[in-house]
Amino acid sequence: MSNQLSRRSVLGRIGAAVAGLLAAPAARAAKAAVQKVFVTSGAPKAYDPAKHEWRMAIDANRCIGCGLCAEACKTENHVPAGPYFRTWIERYIIAKPKPDSGEARGKVFVDSPNGGMHGFPELPVSKEEIQHSFFVPKLCNLCERSPCTQVCPVGATFDAPDGAVLIDPHYCIGCGFCIQACPYGCRFFSPLTKTAEKCTLCYHRITRGLKPACVEVCPTQARIFGDLRQALPDGPLQQFYQNNLVQALKPHLGTEPRVFYAGIDKEVR
Amino acid sequence: MTNELTNIVVEVMPRFEGYVYPNEATQQPLWSILIVVYPYVTGLVAGAFIMASLVRVFNVRTLEPVYRLSLLTAFAFLLCAPLPLLFHLGHPERCLEVMMTPHLTSPMAIFGFVYAWYLMAVLLLELWFDYRHDFVNWANTTPGFKGMLYRLFTVGVLDTSEAAVKLDHKIGHILSIVGIPSAFLLHGYVGFIFGSVKANPWWGNVLMPIIFIMSAMVSGIALCVFNYMVLSWVRRKTVDMKCIDVMAMFLFYALVVDAAIEGLDWIHRVYSAEEGFRIMQYMAREKLFYTLNLGQATFGTLVPLILLGVLQLFRQRFPELLRRRMYFISSLLILVGVLAMRWNVVIGGQLFSKSLRGLMGYKMEFAGLEGWLMGGILLALPFIILTVMVKLFLSEKLPSSGVPDTDAEQAI
Repeated sequence: MSNQLSRRSVLGRIGAAVAGLLAAPAARAAKAAVQKVFVTSGAPKAYDPAKHEWRMAIDANRCIGCGLCAEACKTENHVPAGPYFRTWIERYIIAKPKPDSGEARGKVFVDSPNGGMHGFPELPVSKEEIQHSFFVPKLCNLCERSPCTQVCPVGATFDAPDGAVLIDPHYCIGCGFCIQACPYGCRFFSPLTKTAEKCTLCYHRITRGLKPACVEVCPTQARIFGDLRQALPDGPLQQFYQNNLVQALKPHLGTEPRVFYAGIDKEVR
Repeated sequence: MTNELTNIVVEVMPRFEGYVYPNEATQQPLWSILIVVYPYVTGLVAGAFIMASLVRVFNVRTLEPVYRLSLLTAFAFLLCAPLPLLFHLGHPERCLEVMMTPHLTSPMAIFGFVYAWYLMAVLLLELWFDYRHDFVNWANTTPGFKGMLYRLFTVGVLDTSEAAVKLDHKIGHILSIVGIPSAFLLHGYVGFIFGSVKANPWWGNVLMPIIFIMSAMVSGIALCVFNYMVLSWVRRKTVDMKCIDVMAMFLFYALVVDAAIEGLDWIHRVYSAEEGFRIMQYMAREKLFYTLNLGQATFGTLVPLILLGVLQLFRQRFPELLRRRMYFISSLLILVGVLAMRWNVVIGGQLFSKSLRGLMGYKMEFAGLEGWLMGGILLALPFIILTVMVKLFLSEKLPSSGVPDTDAEQAI
């Protein structure tokens, strides 16, 4: 009886060893494939995406609309000239209501000339007529339930384990479905690569311990960037979450954006 | 409170009204004429196949004269269906990845499989089983290259015994039955590609697949009416009036259901008046006025509904010639109307900003990959293929409807 049992356990062990031997190359191949994707994304080889959880937050109260972030992004990421932006700034001007109009607010003006890259033109209304005005930097909302990665027919765009939403440019077939599926207009079809493109949080930088270009150049720290897994409890990101009531864009679509905004109005979409 | 829309996008200023996201300020929409043609052609395939299965599955013998023509129509259009998709890709050389490494949560990933299934497992096989007996006969009687072609098409199966032919019919029947849900799948899925985009209030709509299926049936039947009448005219044959009356009857009923569902869609949009409603209202009044109100609603739906409806009620009071003309005009109007509908869905969905604060313009170029010319070529190509196939596979003498008038209605 004990003989039989031990024979069985030996067989089991042999089986497990064989299975392990067979599985090892497959696992290695899978890991290599994943690694390859991260290499195309610009990350160094030693980078382990499972150990990070990147986040961007926007404090709109601080944004002065200088446009440096949009410009830095274009330069850093070789974004084609023209109407193609990985990040941009919107200006909102809400006028005072006309006297006796019975309204709480006047007209709403929104613009983003050339993505706000070179600042903004003259105000469309005089200073005295303005009720509120503010700037809103926009970028990929890093959705928890991203509709763009859901619809990609080949899985060329994917949610990285560290929170970034990336595109493999060597795999994208250029169908444009993800661009249609993004509710925030954050993706564009690059005329140079003929693939979809978007904000990668400057993946080639953050995986080397640098900040994204837009965060780096922001003179007022309106963009707050950090790693939820490796940050100090009193880091800038944690302080932002602690000190602000936040909003996400288009919450009714159920995309669960991970980019939180402080200081924006209901007019922002 | 009114939102006045400002117009400040530097690059191409006059083409935009209000605020659009900077990435939306491109010269032309991302999906343009090619993606209009794609659901149109796919819909014609599904519709023409349903027309053919009326004979095979539902045993409407009156439609026998157009059975093979409908199948060949479906086949010719199916061959061309993936072309516009392929051409519009940024990297067409990577297209096979859609089938090799499909991403299963994507509605688009399934297209390759649905298409392959429909082409290989349904249409091609059904055609072959239907034609096998004839191929053997023609291979024996036709000399030269054409005879060689027929011999090739038999794939060496030369058995023409009664049992073999019976088996052909049986398998053909089964394939037809399988083909109906497949046709629905093929086109319902095209509707789902648009209906599943929740980011776009013009598209994201649970009724979209059903609207696409119904409009596909309408356009497919209309195409069969059109093809049959043109073919008869080209061959100097008389149109089988019983057959065309019954086709028009099916066309009318399909159109009634289609119009009802599309009407329901609009009633729902107007009544619920959700976030994007104001901008959609503006689009219907301004940007899509001609293609939506005139092309799709009035001339594509209302006029054919009246023409065909009147003929359903008072058929006997109209002389045959007038009836034929009315059928022809109706089918032509429907074909144009459904094309307008595809345009309104595809282009309409990209004429307003997802910020819901502004509108984009679109002026189609003539030449170029996404121009009029290309659209025209892609629409003409299936007709050219069909002409060749009709020459090869459709005998001069079509089978007659062969049943008295009243049986046609009973058969349904």
